[in-house]
Amino acid sequence: MRSETRTARQTETVLRTENLNVYYGNFLALRNINMDIHKNKITSFIGPSGCGKSTLLRCYNRLNDLIKTFRAEGKVHYNNQDLYAAHIDPVEVRRQIGMVFQRPNPFPKSIYDNITFGPRINGYKGDMDELVERSLRQAALWDEAKDKLKQSGLSLSGGQQQRLCIARAIAVQPEVILMDEPASALDPISTLRIEELLQELKQQYTIVIVTHNMQQASRVSDMTAFFNVEPTEKGGRIGYLVEYDKTEAIFQAPQEEATQQYVSGRFG
Amino acid sequence: MTPAIKKQSGIQPRSPWSRKLDQSFIWLTRLFALAIAGVLIWIAIQVAIAAFPAIRQFGLGFLTTTTWNPVNSQYGALPMIYGTIVTSAIALLIAVPVGLGVAIFLSENYLPPKIQLAFVFLVELLAAIPSVVYGLWGIFVLIPFLRPLQQGLNTYFGWLPIFSTPPAGPGMLTAGVILSIMILPTIAAISRDALISLPSDLRQAAVGLGATRWETILMVLVPAAFSGIVGAIMLALGRAIGETMAVTMVIGNSNNISPSIFAPANTIPSLLANQFAEASGLQVAALMYAALVLFGLTLLVNILAQILVRRVQRI
Repeated sequence: MRSETRTARQTETVLRTENLNVYYGNFLALRNINMDIHKNKITSFIGPSGCGKSTLLRCYNRLNDLIKTFRAEGKVHYNNQDLYAAHIDPVEVRRQIGMVFQRPNPFPKSIYDNITFGPRINGYKGDMDELVERSLRQAALWDEAKDKLKQSGLSLSGGQQQRLCIARAIAVQPEVILMDEPASALDPISTLRIEELLQELKQQYTIVIVTHNMQQASRVSDMTAFFNVEPTEKGGRIGYLVEYDKTEAIFQAPQEEATQQYVSGRFG
Repeated sequence: MTPAIKKQSGIQPRSPWSRKLDQSFIWLTRLFALAIAGVLIWIAIQVAIAAFPAIRQFGLGFLTTTTWNPVNSQYGALPMIYGTIVTSAIALLIAVPVGLGVAIFLSENYLPPKIQLAFVFLVELLAAIPSVVYGLWGIFVLIPFLRPLQQGLNTYFGWLPIFSTPPAGPGMLTAGVILSIMILPTIAAISRDALISLPSDLRQAAVGLGATRWETILMVLVPAAFSGIVGAIMLALGRAIGETMAVTMVIGNSNNISPSIFAPANTIPSLLANQFAEASGLQVAALMYAALVLFGLTLLVNILAQILVRRVQRI
């Protein structure tokens, strides 16, 4: 009984897309996406280049709004609110749903100011020093950075910079953290540290991660979505969701032929 | 038994020609770089030599005395130094906020790309107007245009020293406004380049944290482009300090120090342009001394800018 309610709580849906089509100008980029992202799970998006996995990721925090020709059809729900409803302010969305990018992109400011930027613009009134320490600890960077908080964030190594970016995203206390190939620009040791970090972070956050690295997806994630791409006659490329299931199922017993071929390394 | 190494597989020495070419290219660039420094030093030395009689006669008192009288050979440059600094300060006070605003507007995606490019071109065109045309425009358009404003300020705020003299038309404010228009394209164009060349990662990082467009621009992009923007301002200031023709035409050419920005005044370049043709003897030396002071002033401004940029970039 107890374990049942626990399972029910754990599979609570945070993000849900319904019949989502994404266009850039007149070109369809993503076709008919229906999927649920579960709370406190790590969901990874895999698939060949150009399949629209990053595009979908950026639909969740409305970062695609920066692209003028972008247009979404269908629904993206966040805790039962329609993210693309007219009254929703994208700025508010991004304060709830944080993002870590492919290339580490700390601001050219001190480590301390990198972390306080988000809380400050959000009007955080608490103790900044304490928040900086807590965020850096959560991102497993505190020990390396505590003696040089006043130094530039750019003085850190690549892996440290990426953890700084994670700390910066955590500092605004989002519910969801989106990660767009967060380890693809890092060396194997830094990658491992980020992967370990993800396991700790999922206690508190819901994480969606785009990755090109299938071992990474199978190591870190609870759920995996496989996307594929098909060329159109006019030279466009349309991405679509092929299969979405528990990670073991995707890697060991996929239902679709294409998934089987992709995860066994036969294309992509 | 090891086979003999074939000649072709070894690392071949480069042809002597190609090496000579490399060497001479390095020397050529060295020569060009040295030539620039050489011209600069040459000018400085020539000016200093020509100024020497005045330096011997007046010493540093030249910088602090206010009389400029060719009749009894009394020369002091303080009014012109003061006029140069005040007009340049007014110009920066107007042109920095406006220029930066233009740069931000033209680096964001507020406008469709084609219209934006047209605007960029128009701003740069401002820099192509000859300064004598600015001067004429100042006399015939700007002075009448500013007169009601100056009169109003003098009537209602005349108790403030900076508005205390009745406006005559030509004066430091008019010169400062003309200068601000002349240096606007420099500030706008170079600051825009600095903003545009920032990696798009920075904007995405800020926006991804829930920053609005203004927060992104003011708290992330402008600070990141700070050194480029300071560079733009310094270049502009250099032009403002050295501008001659347009200033001469609208400043009133009066060697006085007045706290009021409506008062006619003079600047060092304007003094040189006005007096050089008829000068002889000690007056030439005094003018050269003034030129040397101008030289030093720009150097000082550039050094200060470098220090400012270093201090900010250390973070």
